[in-house]
Amino acid sequence: MKMDTNTNVDVSQNIKNEISNSEVVLFMKGTPVFPMCGFSAAVVQILSDLGVKFNHVNVLDSDEMREGIKNFSNWPTIPQLYVKEEFIGGCDIVKEMNESGELLELFNSKGINISPS
Amino acid sequence: MPMKKEDIETLIKKSISDCIVEIEDLKGDGDHYKATVISKSFKGINKIDQHKMVYNALQGKMGRELHALMLITKTE
Repeated sequence: MKMDTNTNVDVSQNIKNEISNSEVVLFMKGTPVFPMCGFSAAVVQILSDLGVKFNHVNVLDSDEMREGIKNFSNWPTIPQLYVKEEFIGGCDIVKEMNESGELLELFNSKGINISPS
Repeated sequence: MPMKKEDIETLIKKSISDCIVEIEDLKGDGDHYKATVISKSFKGINKIDQHKMVYNALQGKMGRELHALMLITKTE
């Protein structure tokens, strides 16, 4: 399937919209209720434990999105977490930040409501 | 086509000259590894860019031939 330039433009715009319209958004495989990959599930668990409300984009819904988000961030894997339009990282970095307390600090500093369960 | 542990180490060392690389095969399928990369060249660079240095060293194989690489980067 040859990707014509319009698809690229649409995907890139969709990505920008998703990121700018959400305080916290996770590009993931599957959904928070049915994650389709362990790494995506791990980040969902971290956000849920912190009680952070987040939007998600299931990249498995479209090949364009699945590749588009990697090009957008120049990051080769999924999941990808964005907070107030800033790319925070994938599973490894989010896990490391959570363990060091940096993630909680980040949410506090960005005025994101958290309610730990 | 999965990757061999030695090939991953070689690629990383070729690109990040002074580094120490420890690689653990998580599942034995050539697709799921854990790598710890220690290099002084990470100093002063944020985590995302440290990881991108390693991904770039893998010449586009990350997320393609290599499905999963749990990555830890350290300056020492």
